[in-house]
Formats: sequence, structure tokens, C-alpha cells
Amino acid sequence: MTTPMVEARGVHKSFGALKVLRGIDLVVERGQVTCVVGPSGSGKSTFLRCVNHLEKVNAGRLYVDGVLVGYQERGDKLHELHPREAARQRRDIGMVFQHFNLFPHMTALENIMEAPMQVKKIKKDAAAEVARRQLAQVGLADKAATYPAQLSGGQQQRVAIARALAMEPKLMLFDEPTSALDPELVGEVLDVMKRLASAGMTMIVVTHEMGFAREVADQLVFMDGGVVVEVGDPREVLANPQHERTRSFLSKVL
Amino acid sequence: MTAPGESADAELIEAVPLRRPGRWIASIVILVLLFLFVWGAATNKNFDWSTYGKYLTDRRIATGIRITVELTALAMAIGIALGVLLAVMRLSPNPVLRSTAWGYLWIFRGTPVYVQLVFWGLFGSLYPHLALGIPFVHQFVRFDMQSVYSPFVFAFIGLGLNEAAYMAEIVRAGISSVGEGQSEAATALGMSWPTTMRRIVLPQAMRVIIPPTGNEVISMLKTTSLVTAVPLTTDLYSQAHQISGVNFRPIPLLLVAATWYLVITSVLMVGQFYLERHYARGQSRRLTNRQLRAQARAQTAAGSHL
Repeated sequence: MTTPMVEARGVHKSFGALKVLRGIDLVVERGQVTCVVGPSGSGKSTFLRCVNHLEKVNAGRLYVDGVLVGYQERGDKLHELHPREAARQRRDIGMVFQHFNLFPHMTALENIMEAPMQVKKIKKDAAAEVARRQLAQVGLADKAATYPAQLSGGQQQRVAIARALAMEPKLMLFDEPTSALDPELVGEVLDVMKRLASAGMTMIVVTHEMGFAREVADQLVFMDGGVVVEVGDPREVLANPQHERTRSFLSKVL
Repeated sequence: MTAPGESADAELIEAVPLRRPGRWIASIVILVLLFLFVWGAATNKNFDWSTYGKYLTDRRIATGIRITVELTALAMAIGIALGVLLAVMRLSPNPVLRSTAWGYLWIFRGTPVYVQLVFWGLFGSLYPHLALGIPFVHQFVRFDMQSVYSPFVFAFIGLGLNEAAYMAEIVRAGISSVGEGQSEAATALGMSWPTTMRRIVLPQAMRVIIPPTGNEVISMLKTTSLVTAVPLTTDLYSQAHQISGVNFRPIPLLLVAATWYLVITSVLMVGQFYLERHYARGQSRRLTNRQLRAQARAQTAAGSHL
């Protein structure tokens, strides 16, 4: 048996007095696409941010590829990780944000080249080569010299995906990637994500796109109030939810 | 070539422009006043334009210009370097660093620069000796401040330390203006904090930092005329002042000094324009003319396909 790509055991996270995650247990196998749905404030995004240590887990354990996230276990004590080590862990985890967060002072191509050059210390020519290939993958080969402000939302998000992929991650996190987009632009981003899924990328997708979840996901997670309420095959969960909370949520969004 | 659904004979609008008599009247009034002022200045003997012409390129004035420019450059270099350091300290999670930066700002921004410059002039009396070593244990080198006393050094250090307090606030505002999502995206890509600052945050902060820094440079250029407080008497204003002390013609010499301050400021403004344009990359959705032509070409090409 291989280690799962992501394993969460009783993950807790609070901001001051506010408890956002109250014990998340979840396993994501290699090559699997997991969609996380749930009402806003249910902790979906926070959980995603814990996976690459943008937020510090307060209790429980979170493993990515068998390695504890954000801490080091020595004996029975946990030691805080040096920022350099945390950065090393994040290199292999790609993240796509709701608001794209492209670097506005760089062209599309430079956005994609930046991390391979600065983090992996790849030469400029080689990085440009990688970036061009990634841009072509998301169908934006002709936008290399364009600045983010001149791109549509859908195009910006595709550049953001290409930027994450240029680091050759083993896991991709999507935090509501289509929520900030005009309805007509959602499809082009989902298409890119579908292609990525069928290429075997392990993905965790926080989304409101139930159609995407039904079609692409191997596992659907319904979160509410900081806990996982229901996990299962997406078609099953969507058609026949077992819990009352899942039912009432789905009746509002479907 | 027309696209499907596009009407072929769209008639372009040629409207009669709106008349604006108010603009004409205001312009004429201002031009007349301007002419009267220039005429008056040219014919008023008290301005003494011949003396002005004689001293405009005087060797002492030239030395003054050099000293003033050097003071400005060195003081701003100290101000910017220390300012960035103080700004980062103020944003640090470490309370000691944070309050030290705050204390520095409190003192250097809260007292007049003229008073500070007088203090620097008295530095030698405050600390007759400076020594480098391990406190209370051993001294490696020892400087006699009375003998190394150099008003020029104290002048630019004094101006620079004062400037750092203002630059710190400008840099801090710039850093705070960059959205949280930017450093988050950089962090998620595996960049370290220094790399994130250098490559992602500071270049974007520059857009906010440059305009007020340009003001600071110009303001510094003029503040150098206060270095008589140290006392340093070789800068542009002091030179003009000394010459007028001998020939009793203060007005033309003030004009000489003012002219050169204006010339240097103008050069600095040109530099600022190009710097601002450089850091405005990607800020506008407006396409450049080159990009517009390329898109129009693409449109025509797509049209002829249909």
C-alpha cells in the first residue's frame, strides 16, 4: 500500500477564539480529484490553506506525501519548522486562488518564469522555455507578453494555473478557482482543470461547481461548521445525501 | 471586410465642437499678466541683470553646485537605505525592533532639522573621542573627534539621518499598499520572505514610493541650504551669500542661486518621470499603440477568414 498524497487526522485550526476547523479527517489518494463543497464559513478554504502551511494547524496531524506539514516530529515533541523548510515543502504543492493573485508588474510569461528562476534557480532561457510550454498548455501561447490587467478573468486564472504547474507540483490546491469569474468564462477554466485531472494530477478543489464535481471528482467532501459531514462518491452524495445538513445545502445550490 | 451582422455603411459622427469662451478669456488675462511681470522684471534696474550674468557661471558658484548635489545624493542614499531598514523594522513581529523604529521616528521627525544640524556640529564637543572595540573590555581603534572634524561629513550624515525618518514612513506606506494576496501567492510558490520582498512586494510598492521620494529628493536639495548650521559654508546658497557679502548685491546673487536650484530640480523631475513610467508597468488596462495595432491586424485577419 502506498502512502496517500494527503492525510489529515483530527486537524484543528482556530483564529483567536474562533474555531474554524474542529477535527478534519480526510484522505486523498494519489491521482485522485477531491472536491470540497459546503456553505461559506465552513472552513473549506482554511483547510486548503493548512495543507500548504499558509495557516498553522493548532491540533491534529496533517501529512502530505507522508511528510508532516509545518512541523518536525522529534521524539514525542513537535518542533516548528524553519521558514526555509516550510518553503521547500510548498514548492511541491501548487495553489490557485479565487482572485488569481497574478503579479501585476510582470507579463504572463514572467509570472510563470518567476518561481522556477527564484526558487529552483533555473536559468532564464530554460525557465522561459518551461513557461512558454505551460502557457500553450492552457491555450494562451499568444498572451506571453501581456500584463495581467489586460487579460480577462478566465485568462488570468489560466495563467495562474500555468504558473503553479511550472513548479511541477505533485499536488494542486484550487481555492474556489471560478468564483470570481463571469459565468461565460467559468467553462474555459474548468476545461483546463479537467484536462489536468485526466493527466493524473492529484487535486483538491474547493468549489461551488457541482457539475464539475459530478463529472471529474473521485471523492466529494461536504464540510459544515469546521467538520467533514459527509464523504463519498460524488454522484452518490449528490443524488442521495445521507445527512440532513448535506441535503439542505444541496437543495439550495442545485 | 465586414463581420456577419455588422452593417457595412456606418456613418461616422462629425459634430460641431462646443464653444468655450470662458477658456479664451481666462487664457488671455493670464498671458497679459505674465507678460507684464516679465516686462517689469526685465526693465527694473534693481534686479541688476548684468551682475546676475556675471556670477551665473562663477567658479565659486560652480563649487557650490557640486557640494549641494553631493550633499543631496549622499544624504538621500543614507535616508533611503536607513528608511527601508526602519520600515521593515516597523513591520516586524519583534516588539523590540518595532518600538526602536518608532522611537527613531519620534525623535528625528519630531525635532527641526536645523536644530539637528547644529547638534551634529557640536558632536565633537559631545563625544571628544570615538573608539571601536568591545564595550568595557578592549578598544581596537580610537578616533579623536576634534581632529577628524569635517563639517561636510556631519552635514550629510545629519541630513541623511533626518531624512531616514521620513523615508521610513513612505516605504512603509508603499509596502502596506501591496495586497496580501501577492505575498501569499509568492509564499505558496515556495519563495522565501526575502525573495518575496525583493521580487514581488517592493517592485509593486515602488509605484507608491517613487512619487513622494521624488518630492523628498527635491526637498532635500533645498534643505541643504541649512547646512550653515553645522556650519558648512561651501554649498550653493552659502557661496552666493558670501559673494553678496562682498559686493553688496544680494538680489542678483539670490537669483543666481535660485536659477541653479531650479535647473537641478528640473533635471531631477525628468529622472522621476522615467522612473515612474518604469514602475507603472502592467498597471493600466489600456493597451499601448503597438498592442492595439497588433490586435487590429488580428481582427482583420480573422475577418478575411470568414
